[in-house]
Amino acid sequence: MITTTNLSKKYSGNEVLNISNLDIPKGQSFGLVGNNGAGKTTYFSLLLDLIKPTTGYIKTNGILVNESEDWKPFTSAFIDESFLIGYLTPEEYFYFIGDLRGQNKQDVDNLVSQFEDFFHGEILGQKKYLRDLSKGNQKKAGIVAALIGNPEVIILDEPFANLDPTTQIRLKQIIKDLAEKKGVTVLVSSHDLMHVTDVCERIVVLDKGHVIKDIQTSEATLKELEAHFSGTANPV
Amino acid sequence: MISKFLSLEWKSFIRSASFGKSLAIKIVMGFFALYFILVFLALGFGLYPILQKTFPDQDPFIVVNGFIFFWFLGDLLLRFFLQKLPVMSVKPLLTIPIKRSSIVHFVLGKSAFSFFNFLPLFAIIPFSIILITKDYPLATVMTWAAAMILLTLINNFLNFIIESFSAETELSFLPIIIFAGTLFGLNYFNIINISGALSTAMLAIVNNPLLLLILIVILIGLYLFNHKILIKKLYLDHSLKTKIKEVTTSDLGWTKRFGDSAPFMQLDLKLIWRNKRPRSAVFMLVFGLLYGLFFYPQPIYRDMPIMYGFIGVFVTGIFLINFGQFIPAWDSGYYKMLMSQNIKYEQYLKSKYTLMVLSVIIMFVLSIPYVYFGWKILVAHFAAAVYNIGVNSYVIMLGGSFNRKKIDLNQRAAFNFQGTGAVQWLIGIPLLLLPLAIFGLLSHFVSFYAGISALILLGVIGIIFHQKIMRFITNKYLDSKYEMIKAFNQDN
Repeated sequence: MITTTNLSKKYSGNEVLNISNLDIPKGQSFGLVGNNGAGKTTYFSLLLDLIKPTTGYIKTNGILVNESEDWKPFTSAFIDESFLIGYLTPEEYFYFIGDLRGQNKQDVDNLVSQFEDFFHGEILGQKKYLRDLSKGNQKKAGIVAALIGNPEVIILDEPFANLDPTTQIRLKQIIKDLAEKKGVTVLVSSHDLMHVTDVCERIVVLDKGHVIKDIQTSEATLKELEAHFSGTANPV
Repeated sequence: MISKFLSLEWKSFIRSASFGKSLAIKIVMGFFALYFILVFLALGFGLYPILQKTFPDQDPFIVVNGFIFFWFLGDLLLRFFLQKLPVMSVKPLLTIPIKRSSIVHFVLGKSAFSFFNFLPLFAIIPFSIILITKDYPLATVMTWAAAMILLTLINNFLNFIIESFSAETELSFLPIIIFAGTLFGLNYFNIINISGALSTAMLAIVNNPLLLLILIVILIGLYLFNHKILIKKLYLDHSLKTKIKEVTTSDLGWTKRFGDSAPFMQLDLKLIWRNKRPRSAVFMLVFGLLYGLFFYPQPIYRDMPIMYGFIGVFVTGIFLINFGQFIPAWDSGYYKMLMSQNIKYEQYLKSKYTLMVLSVIIMFVLSIPYVYFGWKILVAHFAAAVYNIGVNSYVIMLGGSFNRKKIDLNQRAAFNFQGTGAVQWLIGIPLLLLPLAIFGLLSHFVSFYAGISALILLGVIGIIFHQKIMRFITNKYLDSKYEMIKAFNQDN
């Protein structure tokens, strides 16, 4: 589904990402872990064509991401709060995203209503603008907005950060369902090793822009990751 | 402690992101400052001879004191709109072991060194010098100057108190208008003769310098009151409080007729109505509409048809200019998201274009009453409206593709230069001067109607080639996509 070839990104001579080869098959739940500055967000930004690769390319479904825009209809993402439009209410925001993805109000309502549990009564019908919601609630709205329009690829940067424990558990279930039942390719990054091992079938460890581990998740994975990060983790 | 604060202040000044970048703004702001200094200097030196001429039988010094009240009000109003207490910058200091009280003292103390407090000196000192050369007693003049400086500082702190109250109301400028209006009204209708009282008070102080103590006491009182307000506000939930009010939503169904750019139209309308800064572009409409009234009633301008074209472009294009110059920076907060979404850039731009065109048409219709001052004005406004639709709307969108400055939608509007770069100053040349040149030259050397025809012709050409021009502009935007994302991602 997603192939990365010879991808690198340099900022004024400083290499922040260098992935020679990475294949993510369709329907895989894929986890990206690494310390600060490992290149997780850079990789996601390249996937979304928000920054230009210095060398190499990413292909989604055979489409060159930095040349064609045809990947946009089946790809969605929530990277950070700057993906939200602060002066809209959550409902308006969902409808707006729905409009962009060819969904009418009814479609959006149907989808969003499945997540009432996840929202915990703090998002819908609050008569508040997104900018006035707490960070955690903003994140919930952003994550659900990324699910609108039946995307085949969903990219979530640090989805677990800022969420309360209940919501974290619910989110894990949502991500698992997406990959297992609907065949959606989900890309998740996190600092929380537990969460990624719970959710992802495959985990890739980035360090200073390089892939240094590529693990199919098993019982032993969490131990392995913990050992890796306690041994080689750089103090931030 | 103070030295630490000062070093922080210095660093924030020279390391601010805009220090190097926005040289153009610095120059313009410097120019403004210089201009005001010159005006005040001229006032200081010129006041005495002018007053001597206009009121030959009165002592200029007494006359000046009669005007102190108006000076006081004017100064206060100006400060309210231009001067801010930089409370937010101390947020990181709250958790480190510095007494809250000394943080507040620093913030307040710093405000005393504001440009607004130095500016009056440029008038007060020259005037005092002239008074001395005119053989007024030195002690009198010194006392007067001291009293004026104290008054300036009193205004400085009074303004912050008014601001802190107005921050809590929805119409933030209401308290100051009420305050200044009441004082002015009481004085004007002679209910209380404040200007007379102030003048008498000033003369009393001059005659008895000990009375300066009263001003000093008032100043200290205001300072302490500020201190009291501020120290209470120095909590995250106070000065950082974002007021949450209930939202009323409307579905803006009528925008559906604009087809596939309807979602963006709805977004733009909400953007304009729900955020302080773009909303001010709407209020500017009123100002724009009344702009013609500065000129048309005066016979000098009525006999100068050249002015009609210029005023026409300005009146019908005020929203276009105010709103258009910050495309696409209005959406800078969520630009990344838009770029990763399944959108056609052309639809996005078309929505902005439609809004601007609508505003031009509305402004033209509203400006029809100017026909009272002559038919030619209506004709010129029509030509200007066509020109605005067919040329200026594209020019301003094209200028937008060079936009690299983020805008924080929630900031106060008046004299907010955030998001303003060289582009905004340069764009004014083709936007206003070009039509003025075309129209002016033709109507001066050929005929009025030749100028009108030229404007209309250019506008119509632009409208005919709409598709082509939009495609060209869209490509310009796409070319600078990465740069815009990067720039909008930075806080400036």
